[in-house]
Amino acid sequence: MQIYLPIAEVSVNAFLLLGLGGMVGILSGMFGVGGGFLMTPLLFFIGIPPAVAVATEANQIVASSFSGVLAHFRRRTVDFKMGTVLLTGGLIGAALGVVVFNYLKSLGQVDLLVTLCYVVFLGVVGSLMFVESLNALRKSKKGGGAPAPRRQRGWVHAMPFKMRFRTSGLYISVIPPMLVGLCVGVLSAIMGVGGGFIMVPAMIYLLGMPTKVVVGTSLFQIIFVTGFTTMLHATTNYTVDIVLAVLLLVGGVVGAQIGTVIGSRMPAEQLRVLLAALVLVVCGKLALDLLIEPSELYSLGTEGGH
Amino acid sequence: MLKRLILLFALCVTPALAEDEQVVLGLSHDRVAITATFDGSEILIFGAVKRETPIPSGPPLEVIVAVAGPSSPVMVRRKERKLGIWVNTDSVLVDLAPSFYAVATSAPLDDILSDTEDLRYRISIERAIRSVGAAMHIRSAQDFADAVVRIREDEGLYSIREDTVAVDEQTLFRTSIAMPADLTEGDYTARIFLTRDGRVISQFETTIDVRKVGLERFLYNMSRQQPVWYGLMSLVIAIAAGWGASTAFRLLREN
Repeated sequence: MQIYLPIAEVSVNAFLLLGLGGMVGILSGMFGVGGGFLMTPLLFFIGIPPAVAVATEANQIVASSFSGVLAHFRRRTVDFKMGTVLLTGGLIGAALGVVVFNYLKSLGQVDLLVTLCYVVFLGVVGSLMFVESLNALRKSKKGGGAPAPRRQRGWVHAMPFKMRFRTSGLYISVIPPMLVGLCVGVLSAIMGVGGGFIMVPAMIYLLGMPTKVVVGTSLFQIIFVTGFTTMLHATTNYTVDIVLAVLLLVGGVVGAQIGTVIGSRMPAEQLRVLLAALVLVVCGKLALDLLIEPSELYSLGTEGGH
Repeated sequence: MLKRLILLFALCVTPALAEDEQVVLGLSHDRVAITATFDGSEILIFGAVKRETPIPSGPPLEVIVAVAGPSSPVMVRRKERKLGIWVNTDSVLVDLAPSFYAVATSAPLDDILSDTEDLRYRISIERAIRSVGAAMHIRSAQDFADAVVRIREDEGLYSIREDTVAVDEQTLFRTSIAMPADLTEGDYTARIFLTRDGRVISQFETTIDVRKVGLERFLYNMSRQQPVWYGLMSLVIAIAAGWGASTAFRLLREN
């Protein structure tokens, strides 16, 4: 069934959008990532104008994250205190990111820099996670007994303004989570994603939070950052397509529920290997696009449209 | 203004070109309503040639129908390999390019329309695009205009369909123009040209109104006029959907 999207001004198959939303929703629920880093390129691919895809995707992530976080909330795997600290940094970062984004746009190279951002961050994060989680898997298979020693004493613990995060079982300074939130906020505004794929590993490896809490807390703060982004796009660029968003999020919220169930039944190490592999695949695809000669060297864009 | 000048020119210099033959036109509909389930549209364009004098001898009458969507500037960028990766380097602003352009003719376009007439009336796809703003340092600026045509032809937005106008007895003609699903709003112009021996002897222009209606209209207007409420509405829908799905699934699992 074809549906004409009022803002994107293109006609697309409604079932295709429902399916895409569902698929990405499952991943979102499993890994605690918004799924934007998958969905946004997929939307480009089916012919949605990039500006509309980025803005609408932010809105859809709000829905799937909200759906996902409720399940985590009931299982008490959301650290609200930590989430709020991350969020404070995140909102400041997102506002900064929009400024950076507009500056890059004026240089006319924003596409390249966004792609490079994706390749670099997905590549680094993906490889680190992949290696680390493979090691963890091997250890848990071999010994079965002693868990890997947690390296928690470092620079993170030598800073002032310490705060107790009961749900995470941490007593650390608020500066590192604030900085993590800020960096992810900047990146998520530039890359047009929720930033979960950076936030999740940062929480595990930099802040030393337990994996089970990480997913719920990440979803919690993504809701607010993407909600903020949605409002920014809706009021400045008029590029949020509500019909597109509804179709994506109907599939997305259902998928997120299924994903959360799958995620809670899988061992955390395996979950991390899968997420790492997924991140690396997307990174590889984007890197290939930069390296291989495109079949069409020219591209069309609007100038002064917004 | 231009049309009046051309007419004046035609009357003064070449009185033979005065419109002995005129178009009487009909459209199957002069309004395209874009609804939520809009899936393209076909417009039947038909008409007759009105003349006071007998049909002139010589080359037969030919008909060209050109339908154009609203024009807007297009930024065309070209990629080049720099440091091993493909990046946008040169860019050219094509001043005006129609969002949709379809030409239907009664015979191969080159045979029924001379170059000078094409230049004057901007009928062929290449001429319908106006590009003057190429920076001096960019070689082959024409490549950029060609790229617009090529990309939009691939997307089905530009098309030229020769031999698709049926002409009976040099008097009645009809054709149909298919409009794709990916239409932008605006006033579309349909131009009909009568030619003989490569020269335009009469032209007629009419407007096809392409508009979003109903829910599409409402949402589009709201997003432009009340962006804050529109944004909040999007968020409320998103959160309600997230909550609804979560609750539904919990109930399913508990039962």
